Amino acid sequence: MLSELKARLKAESCEEYLCGLFEKIEKSSLNAFTTLAKESALKEARRFDKNPGRGLLAGVPIAIKGSISTKGIETNCSSRILRGYIPPYDAHVIERLKSEGAIIMGKTNMDEFAMGTSTETSCFGPTKNPWDQTCVPGGSSGGSAAVVAGGEAPCSLGSDTGGSVRCPASFCGIVGLKPTYGLVSRYGLVAYANSLEQIGPLTHTVEDTALLMEAISGHDERDSTSAEGARHSYLPGLEDGVAGLKIGIPKEYFGEGVNKDVEKAVWEAIATLESIGASWQEISLPHTRYALAAYYVIAMSEASSNLARFDGLRYGERMGEDKDWHTTFSEIRAKGFGPEVKRRIMLGTYALSAGYYGRYYLKALQVRTLIKEDFLRAFKDVDLLASPTMPIPAFKIGERINDPLSLYMADVFTVPINLAGVPAISVPCGFAGRLPVGLQLIGPHFCEAAVLRTAQAFEAATPFHKAKPEVS
Amino acid sequence: MITREDVEHISWLASIKIEDEEKDELVEHFNTILEYFQQLDEVDTTGVKPTYRVVDLANIFREDAAYKSLSQDQALKNAPRTENGYFKSPRIV
Repeated sequence: MLSELKARLKAESCEEYLCGLFEKIEKSSLNAFTTLAKESALKEARRFDKNPGRGLLAGVPIAIKGSISTKGIETNCSSRILRGYIPPYDAHVIERLKSEGAIIMGKTNMDEFAMGTSTETSCFGPTKNPWDQTCVPGGSSGGSAAVVAGGEAPCSLGSDTGGSVRCPASFCGIVGLKPTYGLVSRYGLVAYANSLEQIGPLTHTVEDTALLMEAISGHDERDSTSAEGARHSYLPGLEDGVAGLKIGIPKEYFGEGVNKDVEKAVWEAIATLESIGASWQEISLPHTRYALAAYYVIAMSEASSNLARFDGLRYGERMGEDKDWHTTFSEIRAKGFGPEVKRRIMLGTYALSAGYYGRYYLKALQVRTLIKEDFLRAFKDVDLLASPTMPIPAFKIGERINDPLSLYMADVFTVPINLAGVPAISVPCGFAGRLPVGLQLIGPHFCEAAVLRTAQAFEAATPFHKAKPEVS
Repeated sequence: MITREDVEHISWLASIKIEDEEKDELVEHFNTILEYFQQLDEVDTTGVKPTYRVVDLANIFREDAAYKSLSQDQALKNAPRTENGYFKSPRIV
């Protein structure tokens, strides 16, 4: 827990603690970090040891996903096209972390440009799941989840476009939150599908996630979709419990396609919530079955536009001799992007092209309205929703990578949340064999406090967050 | 159905060169994925407004005043080719 770590860092030496982490990382077989900021981190640690300061995260080392800009530290989105790119500025969340005294350790592996559910599309190769190194850690923030679960960093940041924080949190047995759209500034986050994504914390405990949210949330005028209003506080009231809380169980999130062990663990979690004072009732989110198609049409369309900027002109690798404009860029992009990124850009380009815009993109945006309305209707009857985060536990590395559609299917319970823009957390709720299972708790817009309070009560009543993998 | 010719056209639109030997697999993947997308046709969306953004914010303005930005050096620092303080692009004409 970060509160214990903060006390320990003050009593002992932050430099020594950090050196221990770097030693572990350098011997690690997880392939979870892609860039280490050892020198600057150790310098910050020595500064902390002389004068600890009073920030919320004073002296706390943190790992950052490869898609979040860090001044002076390579930020390449695990893509060949951005190898060597060193941002001249910090993302809003990095400014906030630094002003609260956190120490940036380095950047973590991810699916290329956050496009994936397994961290296998990275140009650096897959990250391994600390619970079973033959399995994927989930994605796209797989590196950020593996470093926390594997004890290489006490906490991290990821980004979640369609489940990219919650999926790896679930597969790696830790806590991960996707905040309400607009709560955390996206300034400095390399855009994949900008109407869907949010930066979120990955931690061992719910309290740690609440602490990181206090640090990173709040209005930022440099993100035009940043929500107005004062900064929120998530620690007060965290322990208030779930007495009287009404939980909805969306019937579409259970049954066919859900692994039996996953389903069992989630029902047991619901029983636990009931035993500590919550009540539950079945509800329906009738458009759930269309969420995946709507999500992928929107995400790919936005990606085709957002990734048009990668042309090897202002940053990234410029390979070979210059030819004419179009040929030069087409060749740079052919070499710089991996197969999944090309697939998504090209399908998005197609969906937005003349004659198909209405059929795919506009249609998907209309279905998105219906999905959002499903959630708004449900929240008239219940306070929160509970479901499995993922329908399956972590799968084997290589098992699904050649069948894109089967990989997309794994996102079935996470993408509706991004379409609706509501907050959701994944917390450990048991095991399927040796592999962790995540419980997803979903709240109304800007009700992070209720989501965190419920997750905290569940965590206090269960032992799962204490289980640690034996990483060799 | 997407054909090899469609894939070539999309590749041109997206500015991503594809090799001949990649085309068959792309045709297969695109058709599988687009077929899945077609289930959206089942949904009656008559009169339903599209959701571009989930948060109801519109026209966020700022003062029309200069603010601190990257220096020319910082902006050019990551560029693979520069000349006289400019990004160097391939020939256009």
